[in-house]
Amino acid sequence: MESIGTAAAPKQNFFARFWSNLKFTFKRLWERIRSVVMAVVHGSLATKMSFLFMGVGQIMRKQYVKGILYALLEVLFILFMAFFGGNYLFKFLFSGHLGTVQETEQVWDDALGQYVSVPGENSMFILLYGVVSLVVLVLFVIAWGMNVKGSVNNDRLLAEGKPVNTFKQDCALYINRKFYVTLLLLPLIGLTVFTVMPLVFMILIAFTNYDYQHLPPSKLFDWVGFSNFANLFSLAEGTGFAKVFLLILAWTIVWAFVATFSNYFLGIIVAKIINRPRTKLKKLWRTLLVIPIAIPQFITLLMMSKILDGDGILNKILGTTIYWLADTQYLSLLPRITIILVNMWIGIPFTMLMTTGILMNIPQDMLEAAKLDGANSWQLFWKIEMPYIFHVTTPYLITQFVGNINNFNVIWLLTGGGPADSIHYGVGNSKSTDLLVTWLYRMTTDTNVQYAMASVIGIAVFVICGLVSLITYNRSKAVTQEEEYQ
Amino acid sequence: MENIANAEKRREKQSHLGQKALNHVTDTVVYIVLTVMGILWILPICYMVYTAFRVTPNTGIINKLFPDNLELGFGNFGKLFTETDFPIWFGNTLKIAACSCALTTLFTLMTAYALSRMRFKMRKPLMNVMLVLGMFPGFMSMIAVYFILKAMGLTNSHLALILVYSGSAAMGYYISKGFFDTIPRSLEEAAILDGASQWTIFWRVILPLSKPIVVYTILTSFIGPWGDFIFVNVIINNTSPEKFTVALGLYRLINSDQGAFSKWFTTFCAGATIIAIVIGGLFVFMQKYYVSGVTSGAVKD
Repeated sequence: MESIGTAAAPKQNFFARFWSNLKFTFKRLWERIRSVVMAVVHGSLATKMSFLFMGVGQIMRKQYVKGILYALLEVLFILFMAFFGGNYLFKFLFSGHLGTVQETEQVWDDALGQYVSVPGENSMFILLYGVVSLVVLVLFVIAWGMNVKGSVNNDRLLAEGKPVNTFKQDCALYINRKFYVTLLLLPLIGLTVFTVMPLVFMILIAFTNYDYQHLPPSKLFDWVGFSNFANLFSLAEGTGFAKVFLLILAWTIVWAFVATFSNYFLGIIVAKIINRPRTKLKKLWRTLLVIPIAIPQFITLLMMSKILDGDGILNKILGTTIYWLADTQYLSLLPRITIILVNMWIGIPFTMLMTTGILMNIPQDMLEAAKLDGANSWQLFWKIEMPYIFHVTTPYLITQFVGNINNFNVIWLLTGGGPADSIHYGVGNSKSTDLLVTWLYRMTTDTNVQYAMASVIGIAVFVICGLVSLITYNRSKAVTQEEEYQ
Repeated sequence: MENIANAEKRREKQSHLGQKALNHVTDTVVYIVLTVMGILWILPICYMVYTAFRVTPNTGIINKLFPDNLELGFGNFGKLFTETDFPIWFGNTLKIAACSCALTTLFTLMTAYALSRMRFKMRKPLMNVMLVLGMFPGFMSMIAVYFILKAMGLTNSHLALILVYSGSAAMGYYISKGFFDTIPRSLEEAAILDGASQWTIFWRVILPLSKPIVVYTILTSFIGPWGDFIFVNVIINNTSPEKFTVALGLYRLINSDQGAFSKWFTTFCAGATIIAIVIGGLFVFMQKYYVSGVTSGAVKD
C-alpha cells in the first residue's frame, strides 16, 4: 500500500499528514500561478499573446498545427459556455437557488402588451449541467495553463539558441517520454464522466431537499445547507433518522465484522484441513467447495432465498414452517444468523483458495528450524503459519471488511433487506436486515424517493470505509516496517 | 539404570501407539467434516439442476422432494427457448460482455502500466484520488449516471451499459499494477538501449510477459455483466424485454409479479443451469491462469 502522504514525515498521525499535504498542495498551486504570471510579465510577445488567446503564440512560432488546435479548443469552449454551460454555471454557482420558475408560466410582458410563455426551469438540470460545466471549466483552465507553459518553454529554447519542437516531434513525445498521457487519457475521461461527475453531483444533492415532495420539473428543489446532516442525527418522531440510522449502522458493523472474520478463520481452517499431507482426494474437496462460487451470485443467492423460504424445500423436507429469512422475533435474529451462514457458503471457498496459495509460499526454512527446536504441528500452526498468513493477508482483510460494509448482493438477493419489523419500519422505508447500502438503494428506487437523505447515507458510508481503511492501514504499516518476513 | 531406560522405551512405544490411534481419530473426523461440507456446498446446486429437469409438477413450490407425479425431462429448456426471450437475452449479454470486456481490459492495463512503469508528477495524487473514490458506494451515483446518460440520449441502450461497465475501469488497476511491478526493470532498459519507445515496450515487451494477468483481466471483466442486475435494472426500460440481459431477464422472470414465481421457477432454474455451466466453465478456465499468474509470474524475477 502506498502511503497517503506525499510530502510528510511517516511518523506523523493522519490529520497532521493531511494538513501538511494540504498546505503543500496549496503552496505548489500558488507557485504554479505565480510562475505563470511572472512568465507572462517577463515573457516574449508570443507568450503574452498565448496568455490572451490560446494558440496565438504557438502560431507565431510557426507551430501551426498545435496553435490551431489550441485556438480551436478555446473557440469551442467559448461557444459551449455562451450557448449552453455558462447559463447553468451561473445559476449553479451564483444565483443561490436551483431555479426559481416552477413550470411553464404565462407572464405579462409590458413591452409586447401580451402574456408570453416563460419555460420552466429544472433544478435537476441546473445542478447536473452546472457540475458538467464546472468540470469543463477546470479542464479548460488546465489546457490553458499548458498552452502558456508551452510558450514559456519555447521562449527558453529560443534563448538557448535551439529550435522549437515540430508537430512531429511533439507527437513522438506522446508515445515515448510522455506516453503516460496517451495511456491515461481515455481511462481518465471515463473515470471523470462515470465516477467523478456523478459523485460530485450526488454529494451536492446531500445539501438539497431533493425528495418525492420536490421532484422537478413540477416541483423544484433547492439548497438546504446542512439540514439533512442534522436530520441524520435528529430524534424527531416520524422524520428524524437518528434511531433507524444507528440501528442499521450497528447491524452493518456487526455484519461486516462477523461476515469477514467467520469466513476468514473458517476458510483458513478448511484450507489447513484439505492441505494436510494425510488428507486424500484434495482436488475433489476443493472442487466441491469451489462450484458454488463459480456461478454468478444472483443465481446462487436467489436459489438460496427460495430454498430457505417459508414454503421452501428445506421446510418441506424438515416438515416445519420456519421463516429462515423472514422471522421478526428478537430483532429478526434468525434471518440475521441465516444470512451470515449463507454468506459463509459463498465466502469460505474464497479464503480457502487464497490460503492454499499462501501455505505453499511459506518460507520452508522457518518451519524446518521450528521443527528442529521440537515444535509440534499445533505450535507450528499458531506460532509460524498463522502469523505469516495474517501478515500477508492484512490488506485482503481490510478490503473484505470494506466490501462487506458494502455487500449489497448478499442482503438484497436473500432478504431484500426485509423483514419489515416495527422497530425499523419508519423513515426511509427501512427494514431489519438492511445494510446502509441496501437502505440507500431502497431510498432511491422506492415510490417515495429520498435522494437527498440517500446521498447523506452514501457520504456516511464513505466516512466509515475511509476511517476503517485509514486506521488499519496505518496499523498494518507499522507491522510491515518490522520487515519480519522479507 | 536399565530399568529407567526400559521404562523410557516403553513410554515411547506407548506414545507411538497413542499417536497412531490419534491419527486415526483425526482422519475420521476430517473426512466426516469434509464430506458434510462437500454435501452442504453442493446440495443447493443439485437442487437447482434437479428443478431445471423437473417437468411435472410444474410449480415453484413442491411439498416433497420427490413428489408422486414426478416427471423429469428437457421440457423446461424448451419452454425457456420458446416462451421467453432467453436466446435474445443471451445474445445481448454476450455482445455487451464482449465489448465492455475489450474496453475494460484495455483501460485497466493502460492505467496499470502508466502507474507502475512510468514516473510523473501526478502519479501519486492520482492513485490517492482513486483510492478515495473507491470508498464511496458504487451505486450511490447511479441516479446521476442515469441522468448523464439521458442527457447523452443513451438510456435504454446497450451502448450505455457498455460505457457504464467500462467507464470506471481505471479504478481496477490495482491487481495488474502489482503484477507489472514484479517485471524486472532490466528488460525495459535493454529495450530502451535498442531504441524502443515506451509504446513499443508496452505492446512488445510488457504485455507478452503478462499473459496470466491479461487473461485474468479479460475473464473477470467478461464475467461481470453476466451477474449485474442493479445497473441494468436502472438503465434498461422494464417494458422492453428484448433489450434485457440474462441477469435482468431471469431475475424479472420470477420477481415481476405475484404469480410469476410458481409459474416460471422451473424455467428460471433451466436458465440458471445454462448460465452456471457457461460461467462456471469460464471460471475453471480462469482458475488455471489466475493461480499460474499469481504464483509463477510473481516469482519470475
